[in-house]
Amino acid sequence: MSIDIDTARKVAKLARIRVEEDQLPALATELSGILGFMEQLNEVDVEGVEPMTSVTPMRLRRRADQVTDGNIQSRILKNAPDTREGFFAVPKVVE
Amino acid sequence: MLDLTYETPKPKVIAGAKHDWELVIGMEIHAQVSSNSKLFSGASTQVGAEPNSNVAFVDAAMPGMLPVINEFCIEQAVRSGLGLKAAINLRSAFDRKNYFYPDLPQGYQISQLYHPIVGEGEVLVEMGPGVARLVRVERIHLEQDAGKSIHDMDPTMSFVDFNRTGVALMEIVSRPDIRGPEEAAAYVTKLRQILRYLGTCDGNMQNGNLRADVNVSVCRPGQYEKYQATQDFAHLGTRCEIKNMNSMRFMTQAIDYEARRQIAILEDGGEIVQETRLYDPDKGETRSMRSKEEAHDYRYFPCPDLLPLEIEQAWVDQIAATMPELPDAKKARFMADFGLTDYDANVLTAELDAAGYFEAVARGRDGKQAANWVINELFGRLNKEGVSITETPVSADQLGGIVDLIASGEISGKMAKDLFEIIWSEGGTPAEVAAARGMKQVTDTGAIEAAVDEIIAANPAQVEKARANPKLAGWFVGQVIKATGGKAAPQMVNELVVKKLGL
Repeated sequence: MSIDIDTARKVAKLARIRVEEDQLPALATELSGILGFMEQLNEVDVEGVEPMTSVTPMRLRRRADQVTDGNIQSRILKNAPDTREGFFAVPKVVE
Repeated sequence: MLDLTYETPKPKVIAGAKHDWELVIGMEIHAQVSSNSKLFSGASTQVGAEPNSNVAFVDAAMPGMLPVINEFCIEQAVRSGLGLKAAINLRSAFDRKNYFYPDLPQGYQISQLYHPIVGEGEVLVEMGPGVARLVRVERIHLEQDAGKSIHDMDPTMSFVDFNRTGVALMEIVSRPDIRGPEEAAAYVTKLRQILRYLGTCDGNMQNGNLRADVNVSVCRPGQYEKYQATQDFAHLGTRCEIKNMNSMRFMTQAIDYEARRQIAILEDGGEIVQETRLYDPDKGETRSMRSKEEAHDYRYFPCPDLLPLEIEQAWVDQIAATMPELPDAKKARFMADFGLTDYDANVLTAELDAAGYFEAVARGRDGKQAANWVINELFGRLNKEGVSITETPVSADQLGGIVDLIASGEISGKMAKDLFEIIWSEGGTPAEVAAARGMKQVTDTGAIEAAVDEIIAANPAQVEKARANPKLAGWFVGQVIKATGGKAAPQMVNELVVKKLGL
């Protein structure tokens, strides 16, 4: 699978990363190279092999349904560029 | 065990300018899981808290924070699945759905696209006595809710609250088996009822704890049957999705509008573009949300922070063993055991608390009489006063006491209504209150006969008229009851009046 310039532009947009138009060809080539490298894995026959999700024999950890966190409004808001009355304030987004 | 034979309702047909069209509807219901804490963090799910106070660093997506799943939310999803007679998947997995929006701090929603926890189930949607649609449920998956944006507090800024961020949702996806706006509302009502019986979602639509995305398409008659035979969507029209409906009334309006919009386009030779639309209740129309459309490339992939969710059949069996009686079963039992009509049984099983109340009144008494009193007197009064069944001033014991007094003939129906009023406002034991107030109907034939004779003797002119027109006998009945201070048993008075007047 190769990444063309349009795909590179789209991926950048979806990821909200600004990429100048003149940088797109190089980026597309790089991404294609990465995917090409990964595609080598397709040569391995994995017929009948269950996908591995973890290298350790662990099960998904679960917790009890108890309130053990929260009530840290000032710490939650601490890094925000703008806050009002306990809310994050962002440029208007409305449909 | 359960008699659930029913006829299938006719689909809604809309007459276009050129020909008839049928509706095909599928729904995605987002139901908030009833739990104390969030799906992946220990922050509270309580509503009405200070903004951003029910937020943990996990919910705010601070770097390095990892999700840990809430076991009870898994249980609730399994319970919901069992309630919809669905297959439970012992192995499910979480995926990331990627998009950017200010109310989604992670930049992705953790959901279950590829391996949902609950598989195929069904909901029986009744549209009248003996008429019902069996709507197939495709799946239920667990996912995180987003935060809440407020747009009207400032002219240039939106305010964001993450209190709801990360609260567990069940997305319940139906097959396109719903055939009209009323069926759609009935489906949501039934699903809500089942979830409330199960205690897995409180169903509060006003708070957005239950909301629906509605997929609407139209097709020519006959096409839907071809789809059902083949399960091939090519037989159906292109659908549009109406987002975020949390009112039954608006939902039916939106579906009706959307169907007519699509029909107008198709009859005009146009094509339906698959898109997401929003209903504007003020204008009564749906409009495109194109701005959101172009971002609809979610690039799902398995969430690397979470191992697959594996549960044991034994645990599922344990949950199954604690399932409550569900609405269909309860309704059937009420009809069989208490002799209720279909309508009364529906009313009395709509809410679990009301059903429990009715059962307490009906146990050991005449079910039909109990149903009449609960529905007409109690519910009528509760509605009028805006009081819920859980706050009723007349307990089931008290109402049962009133029903007992009627059954034993000690008080008349009219007295019972007065007694109900007194118990409602002053409380007390019905038998004692009735005794203290001298509420006791006279059933002594001699005493009533004497009163009837007296009235007949005093009103010769009326007697003449009544003999000519038997309908006027009612006047005598009224006079006799009045003469006995309202205590004469009406049925007996009536019989004696008819007899004495020789009617």
